[in-house]
Amino acid sequence: MASVPHGAPHTTPAHGDHTHDGHDDHHHLPTGLMRYVTTTNHKDIGSMYLWFSFAMFISGGIMALLIRAELFQPGLQILEPERFNQLTTLHGIVMIFGAIMPAFVGFANWMLPLQLGAPDMAFARMNNWSFWLLPPAAILLIGSFFVPGGAAAGGWTLYPPLSIQAGMGMDMMIFAVHIMGASSIMGSINIITTILNLRTPGMTMMRLPMFAWTWLITAFLLIASMPVLAGAVTMLLTDRHFGTTFFNAAGGGDPVMFQHIFWFFGHPEVYIIALPAFGVISQIIPAFSRKPLFGYASMVYATASIAILSFIVWAHHMYTTGLPMAGQIYFMYATMLIAVPTACKIFNWLATMWRGSITLETPMLFCLGFLFLFTLGGFTGLVLALTPVDIQLQDTYYVVAHFHYVMVAGALFSAFAAVYYWSPKWTGWMYEEKLGKIHFWWSLIAFNVTFFPMHFLGLAGMPRRIPDYNMQFTEWNMVASIGAFAFGTAQIFFLVIVFRTIAGKSGIRAPAKPWDGAEGLEWTVPSPAPYHTFETPPAFK
Amino acid sequence: MSASTSANSGKYFVPQPSHWPIVGSVALLTLATGAVTSLNEVSWGLPVLYAGFAILIYMLFGWFGVVIKESEGRLYGKNVDASFRWSMSWFIFSEVMFFAAFFGALGYARMHSVPDLGSIDAKLLWPEFAATWPSSGPYLKEVFSPMGAWGIPAINTALLLTSGVTLTIAHHAMLENHRSKLILWLAATIILGITFLTLQVYEYVHAYSELNLKLTTGIFGSTFFMLTGFHGFHVTIGAIMLTVILFRSMRGHFDDKHHFAFEAAAWYWHFVDVVWLGLFVIVYML
Ligand code: HEM
Ligand SMILES: [Cu+2]
Repeated sequence: MASVPHGAPHTTPAHGDHTHDGHDDHHHLPTGLMRYVTTTNHKDIGSMYLWFSFAMFISGGIMALLIRAELFQPGLQILEPERFNQLTTLHGIVMIFGAIMPAFVGFANWMLPLQLGAPDMAFARMNNWSFWLLPPAAILLIGSFFVPGGAAAGGWTLYPPLSIQAGMGMDMMIFAVHIMGASSIMGSINIITTILNLRTPGMTMMRLPMFAWTWLITAFLLIASMPVLAGAVTMLLTDRHFGTTFFNAAGGGDPVMFQHIFWFFGHPEVYIIALPAFGVISQIIPAFSRKPLFGYASMVYATASIAILSFIVWAHHMYTTGLPMAGQIYFMYATMLIAVPTACKIFNWLATMWRGSITLETPMLFCLGFLFLFTLGGFTGLVLALTPVDIQLQDTYYVVAHFHYVMVAGALFSAFAAVYYWSPKWTGWMYEEKLGKIHFWWSLIAFNVTFFPMHFLGLAGMPRRIPDYNMQFTEWNMVASIGAFAFGTAQIFFLVIVFRTIAGKSGIRAPAKPWDGAEGLEWTVPSPAPYHTFETPPAFK
Repeated sequence: MSASTSANSGKYFVPQPSHWPIVGSVALLTLATGAVTSLNEVSWGLPVLYAGFAILIYMLFGWFGVVIKESEGRLYGKNVDASFRWSMSWFIFSEVMFFAAFFGALGYARMHSVPDLGSIDAKLLWPEFAATWPSSGPYLKEVFSPMGAWGIPAINTALLLTSGVTLTIAHHAMLENHRSKLILWLAATIILGITFLTLQVYEYVHAYSELNLKLTTGIFGSTFFMLTGFHGFHVTIGAIMLTVILFRSMRGHFDDKHHFAFEAAAWYWHFVDVVWLGLFVIVYML
């Protein structure tokens, strides 16, 4: 998901400068690996986030492909059921916490200082720590496959009692969640502070780039929800090892209580993934429609309303847990309410394109793919919000289809769009347009081949998180598995595109502003962006 | 790592590369490994756990040492000061949400899971169970007494509230550049904090030995000890922060204009104070 060469800033003249440009330190700046280990530069850290995210995307992708290989036909072929469950669990956690979230933090690191006219993030050392906490968490997660009992296997939602009975892989999961949570909270504090305090003079809040707005609100969501998850997994840990009974009815607790606490975190988490994606889309669609974003203020208010509503709808994940009727009805309507600000955003994007002079470069293609498919995922979300319907569909493949439409075609596609859109700024080279387009169409088709049939499977009653299934589901599962392998291959192709871009294979050097409709301070600095930018606040019109 | 204002205008501060973050990451990985293994009875677990703590403490000393040096070198301007204030506020907000999870668990247990277990639906399973609070659940049936509010907890409330006042006096002394007064009242605050913790330990001993109230005493014990335990842990952190501030004051740090660290510690202390009031009312009184 990244296309910044480790070495890129090395080669830029500005970096050469900065070792001897009147700094009052007499130290050598570390080079090689130590440069990345000790760096306080938002561009280095942004690149590390993006590469880490891609590595996790590949790891989670391999797990997904193992799952799909097992599900290619009924019966047990290649995986033990225990292993299968571990793979689904880790696939979910790794994709969410390892791939998608760090990708958007990577974009934030790279782009927010450039968009705001700031020299770096507000807390550059803490920024480094936020990143370097992720590899330890990844080691704990991936390493848990190799300990006695294997990795956590109760699903990424970690529900007790399964998560209480599990082996030490679950403890590794719990500590990994703690560490990733600490990383997210520090990263969010950094982002909020940067946006609130390091904007260049004249950039009032209502003139912030949309990407910054969505990240500001996302960071708030993270700070409000990650500690709750930390509390939840801490209670799991004490229930497991210290004899507390939070989630154990014998002692007056309740396993369903975990679900409430988890989803109080979990639903905002969905928007933690989606909002920065919305921000990216809100940057790119105006650029390629050559029109300013339609309804800027309403976008801001819609984002804020989504964030607030996201805290009061959590039990739509729990319709089958015996909620009282009043609760079911409340959560159903409250959930459907979120569709209003979301639709407001969709219409604003459409209105931005309306009568614009649109061109379809790869970033725009991914945005259009996002628009269609995210909206589809939103619709199936509305379907699932209906209590009586969800009681039928929960824990079926319909849910798997739904959340992959919002997470893969939503968040992941917008991450691809962001890479194509901003990589000229990172690498100094244009990517190869033709290859980018192939990547888009390949991903789009493979994605739908994989996940569209899951709607049918779910409606027909195929349960999720089960390694075997009834014969009648065979055909669509085969289709889905074939699609999944095609989708995975497309992402290897993406990696090739990234390497080729870094190597300058297109032969086209990126100008400071490669997209004629693009707006924002990030396009006022040269491409590739010098190692240090905006050391004094730039003028903002 | 030395720090510099980089090539920035006076407005911004961008630190030089630092190895402290990676030391912190190694510490947490070691700590997590040690915790996982010792919880699962692996023989080398505990030493690894202690090593993790040691590295973490080393990192905290080192990193904060650098920050204090930079601060005293007056490398932080107004802008940095504002950044620090934002960040500390948001950090405290994250702590509030952490406690919210445990308060939420307590509320859910009292208002939902325990009444449910005593309801007509559950009579078939637990015919004798009466849904009263405090409860240790229908199966554990531990006999215990809850902690009364008007003994040590009330004294502790008074101690913490007083410590808020003494801290404010210290703050005013600092704003008046009145150093000996600052040191005196800061020390008084810390002593109050330590007294609080001592009484808390005494209370725990009392709970375990005389009330049969333990962490394992069903949902009441779980929520009681987790809430008061995490609070006590936060008081400990706050007291450590204030102690660092005390030593720094004794070395002549802080004046009426330059004192973010003092205020950060003070905010944290007041936060811990407010959490205690919540605990006193919700856990002990109600
Ligand atoms: C960024 C991309 C992705 C994200 C964020 C993501 C997220 C998730 C999550 C959260 C789960 C639920 C795990 C659980 O039930 O505990 C899941 C399950 C699954 N995902 Fe993905 N996924 C992504 C990409 C993919 C891809 C590319 C594929 C296929 C090639 C895939 C296939 C599956 C399958 C088969 C399941 C198992 C469903 C089950 O049986 O429970 N995912 N994914
Ligand atoms: Cu939700």
